[in-house]
Amino acid sequence: MAADVTTNASFSESPAKVSEWRRFVRVFFQRRIVIFGFVVLIILVLTAIFANQLAPYDPYKQNLKIILQPPSGQHLLGTDPIGRDTLSRLIFGTRTALLVGFVSVSIASVLGVTLGILAGYFRGITNVLIMRFTDILMPFPMIVLALLLAAVLGGGIQNVIIALGIATIPGYIRIMCGMTLSIKENDYILAARSMGASHVRMMWRHILPNAIAPIIVVVTLQLGFLILAEAGLSFLGVGIRPPGAAWGAMVNEGYRYLVRQPILSVAPGAAIMLVVFAFNIVGDALRDALDPRLRGTL
Amino acid sequence: MTAYIIRRLLLAIFCLFMITLIIFFAMRLLPGDPIIIYIGQSTQLSTLSEEGVQKLREEFGLDKPILAQYLKWVSGVVRFDFGRSIFYHMPVSTLLRERYPVTLNLGLEAFIISTVLGIGAGALAAVKRGKLADRIVTPLSYVGITIPVFWLGVMMIYVLGLQFRWLPIIGYTSPFDDFWMSTKQAIMPVICLSVGALAGIARQARSSMLEVVRQDYIRTAWSKGLSERVVIIKHALKNSLIPVVTVLGLQLGFIFGGSVIVETVFSVPGIGSLMVTSIFAQDYSVVQSCTLVFAVVVVVANLIVDITYGWLDPRIQYA
Repeated sequence: MAADVTTNASFSESPAKVSEWRRFVRVFFQRRIVIFGFVVLIILVLTAIFANQLAPYDPYKQNLKIILQPPSGQHLLGTDPIGRDTLSRLIFGTRTALLVGFVSVSIASVLGVTLGILAGYFRGITNVLIMRFTDILMPFPMIVLALLLAAVLGGGIQNVIIALGIATIPGYIRIMCGMTLSIKENDYILAARSMGASHVRMMWRHILPNAIAPIIVVVTLQLGFLILAEAGLSFLGVGIRPPGAAWGAMVNEGYRYLVRQPILSVAPGAAIMLVVFAFNIVGDALRDALDPRLRGTL
Repeated sequence: MTAYIIRRLLLAIFCLFMITLIIFFAMRLLPGDPIIIYIGQSTQLSTLSEEGVQKLREEFGLDKPILAQYLKWVSGVVRFDFGRSIFYHMPVSTLLRERYPVTLNLGLEAFIISTVLGIGAGALAAVKRGKLADRIVTPLSYVGITIPVFWLGVMMIYVLGLQFRWLPIIGYTSPFDDFWMSTKQAIMPVICLSVGALAGIARQARSSMLEVVRQDYIRTAWSKGLSERVVIIKHALKNSLIPVVTVLGLQLGFIFGGSVIVETVFSVPGIGSLMVTSIFAQDYSVVQSCTLVFAVVVVVANLIVDITYGWLDPRIQYA
């Protein structure tokens, strides 16, 4: 879709001036599914913030009198093997998933983008050191590296965040270094340099703003991926420690009671999929909407 | 070309060297004293005296300086001697020899399936853009990259294994022992391993194909009156494969990484499940060897990709 618009625009002499924001919104919501993804994300963020108010029961309170109850009016999604309300745990799981996603993506993107700019801007020994570092981390399958780090650090939400953060840094370094190298070739960089701009100013005011759009897209897509990875670690038992509510761990707990009460595994898995799907849809829409080739077009 | 291959080879070897460093020192940060764990696991050793503990420590080489331990480990690794497993009471190399064919077999099956189907589905969706095939492939590819594999596995076990009883839910049999049983047991793990990579490859193939069919030489091919088959397969598909090959290396790593989860779900005795159980058993030497095996697979896969890339795209300079 994006490509067609570009071709048409190149035929007209001067493309009609349109509000940048309105164009962004228009392209962003071009596909109806994006509205769905966007709404899902907003609902999830609100669920995570207001988990205390929304959850009908205490997600940690055990009640051995009501173990493994089927869904009913009182417990909409039933109860787990130690009598905790599944819906409440699901709601609190939103908090875990989004917290891990947002914090680890922040760590990885801030560190990765900084190292990437430095590597691309200074070349020489800085570049060699930083890029060799990424070369070393790249060959580990991401989940294996996160598993190793989580095992070394010892699980728990904080360590999962650190493990996932470190494991996803190399991607940002690669992208940012490449973009810095290409942005540096522009005349405005030469102009800024000749006016005496400092290195920090060059990187912060001139290179970063020109590279931020693709980074935003990567961050959004990575969020879904990180939530998936956290769920995987928690499923394996090296992620969020019990009794913490994590969707991956809930799938694993329900696994043993699959025949008796499939909802215990079905519900958290569906939740993971919904979140990751929403982040992917929104990420793709952002990529289209932020595509510089479409700037200034209808 | 030879110089290019040699350069890539040297880089790969350097990478592997650095990987051994990272793995070794990361493992030494693990909490818990391996000797104490070892003693805790075996009943006849639980009454061991202080000197006995010291003797064991010497036997495993854990009393030496850390650099000496590293050198001993690496010099062993290059001779396929990975030390002894504290948990399984056998050489790690024996364990790996038993386990790696399993992971390799399932992983390669998943890789071949996802490559062939992914490229096919992606190219089809691009050629039939907006039509029925595209409207099926594109949403499915979204599902493929978003579905948690462990959940897909659990759901398949529930539906195909427990409700309909079509497939065995756990285990692994070598295809050389019992081909039929092996195939039945492999179906669900292979689907789980391939689904993410399949979707990723299909998306890449689709967008790359869309890019290519717009090129002038495709229009030329059409206007020469070539048949649709020749234009699509010989002119478009072959050229659209170049960006796809770059993601193949990544996807192979993704598939083998996924075996950590998939093998655990289906109780498949491969490297992935071995790594997970060894982490819980705090079995140092096994965890570091498994991690090393995964890293080697990815390094080798990327080496092959780099070389294939040069061969597919003659414009690439080997300098």
